[in-house]
Amino acid sequence: MKNAAQNAISATSGVLRTLGMTFMHSFRKRDTIMYPEEQPYLPPRYRGRIVLTRDPDGAERCVACNLCSVACPVDCISVVKTEDETGRWYPESFRINFSRCIYCGFCEEACPTYAIQLTPDFEMGEFDRQQMVYEKSDLLISGVGKRPGYNFYRVAGMAVGGKDKGAAENEAEPIDIKTLLP
Amino acid sequence: MEFAFFIAGFIALAATLRVITCANPVHALLYLIVSLLAVAIDFYALGAPFAATLEVVVYAGAVMVLFVFVVMMLNLNAETVARERHWLRPALWTGPAIMAGVLLFAMLGALIDGHSIGVVDGQVLSANSVGKQLFGPYVLVVELSAFLLLAALVVAAHLGREDDDVEDKDTARRERGVSKAGEQR
Amino acid sequence: MIFGLSEHDIISIGLTAIRTLVILLGSVLVAAMMIWVERRLLGLWQDRYGPNRVGPFGLLQVVADMIKIFFKEDWIPPFADKAVFVVAPAIIMLTSMLAFAVIPFTPTWTVVNLNVGILFLLAMSSLGVYSVIFAGWASDNKYALLGAMRTAAQMISYEVFMGLSLLGVVLLAGSFNLGVIVESQRGMWNVIPQFPAFVIFFLAGCAEIHRAPFDLPEAEQELTSGYHTEYSGMKFGMFFVGEYLGIVLISCLVTTLFFGGWLGPWLPGFVWFALKAGFFMCFFILLRAATVRPRYDQLMAFGWKVLLPIAIINVAITGAIVVAQS
Repeated sequence: MKNAAQNAISATSGVLRTLGMTFMHSFRKRDTIMYPEEQPYLPPRYRGRIVLTRDPDGAERCVACNLCSVACPVDCISVVKTEDETGRWYPESFRINFSRCIYCGFCEEACPTYAIQLTPDFEMGEFDRQQMVYEKSDLLISGVGKRPGYNFYRVAGMAVGGKDKGAAENEAEPIDIKTLLP
Repeated sequence: MEFAFFIAGFIALAATLRVITCANPVHALLYLIVSLLAVAIDFYALGAPFAATLEVVVYAGAVMVLFVFVVMMLNLNAETVARERHWLRPALWTGPAIMAGVLLFAMLGALIDGHSIGVVDGQVLSANSVGKQLFGPYVLVVELSAFLLLAALVVAAHLGREDDDVEDKDTARRERGVSKAGEQR
Repeated sequence: MIFGLSEHDIISIGLTAIRTLVILLGSVLVAAMMIWVERRLLGLWQDRYGPNRVGPFGLLQVVADMIKIFFKEDWIPPFADKAVFVVAPAIIMLTSMLAFAVIPFTPTWTVVNLNVGILFLLAMSSLGVYSVIFAGWASDNKYALLGAMRTAAQMISYEVFMGLSLLGVVLLAGSFNLGVIVESQRGMWNVIPQFPAFVIFFLAGCAEIHRAPFDLPEAEQELTSGYHTEYSGMKFGMFFVGEYLGIVLISCLVTTLFFGGWLGPWLPGFVWFALKAGFFMCFFILLRAATVRPRYDQLMAFGWKVLLPIAIINVAITGAIVVAQS
């Protein structure tokens, strides 16, 4: 009997307390914001719309290695490789189907040249699904994105248009294996 | 009021007829509810609002809900409907119908004669007077029905009783099982 | 003289018809607005905004939803019992709107001044069960059927406590007439002498209109919204509005029976009534925002083991006091 009375009191006070606490939420600050008028703060590393960046010289960073396409879990990236006359690789076409993209960021992690990057922009709604397929011209921006000052061909050991082997930054002269001189 | 009485009476008769002839039990129950509501309106038209509302609350509102509740569980299908149809063959109901018809004529005769029964004079019977009747001249009947209901309540409570030590038994059995398994090993 | 009616008769019939229309339309409109109020208040208590785009403060959201729901496909499952499926949602609207007929909003504004008003209300609420039961059965869907079963048991049980809790009020007023009951509270609102009855009536009313936290018949998590799983379009809309009509009805009833209806100083009667009823409507929403749904057996045990004894004791004590005083 005493137990039952205690139970009843604690249950009733529990319900009244939760009612009171919920009511006190009327005076709290709201957690949501009025979105289109008030924009949320998105951190720079937010995974939103994908862009292709350029190196500081203004040339395309992408070397069409297809690693992003391989890493993509939903297979939404398609790249066609081509070369210019100096032997530098670049994508002939670079297509991302954003209606399939899940914004996982694996492509960014896979990219050896920091060419493909995700940006804090998510407002990509379209009425026509075909509009969600972004071509290279839509993706390419004229900036360096999150990696200022990085130029893949300047640090890579590959001989490419005007830069010989050993001419890259922090790179020693290639060893001539045909000579016996030290 | 007479107008309402006759309309409701007619609906009650028609609905009751459909209760009997309907092959689908749930549809039959729907008609039965309508019939009870019509009877309630008849009560109201006769000047017994208390009886009318009680008819709706108790019969249409509570008893019939339990009927529907049970019928709902019956897993009705085309087969049941066909069986009900089969039961509606004239051979099965002519006998009772003839006897009921004779009874109807007897009742109609008594009604037309009009000696033995009281005539509704349109007095409104209030809840107050019903209560005074129930706890005055009819108090014994009320008490008896209360006994009956109490008995039903006790039986229901007994049937619905939970064994307090079911849980203990379960654990004991489980423990026994474990020790047996240990012995066998 | 037309059809044997004098001019006076015709005017009074016309006035009654207008009053009836205003009350019924008003109750449905208030119920529809309750949808907006509920969403805004739930938003407030959950630290968010709720609908705020359509019209000022999002007030026209209901209108937009109505337009949408009118144009939606009204689908009847091929396996459903068509006739019963169509009738079911109409029943809840009908019974809730009929129940409004006996509520005295002010001394003059009531559709019928029935001398068995409370019993009529109980009758209507007990007929409302059919809506849910038939909807669940006709859908021929196991979730819907489970919801219907729960409703049948829950509503029949809680009707008992609802009726018993009202007996105390009836004893004090000496009448089933709601107008007389309001007048009997001139000295003191019924909530003070009949506090247990008020609590029981409120909880039972909550269960009767299967409103959170007693919304087991439609528990989204377990039953995918229970008895109206198969409903769409305007039929679903009728269930939806019917639920809010129920909230408005129970709020009006609590106001009438326990909080003195239109009685109150300074302000006109209807304002007092609206204020009190509005308070309880908001309280229903707070209850939904704050409390969790009990388990089914807990609900039944609470009803039969807690509410029923309290209700009976309350009736006995009130009866003894009334007899002693007279």
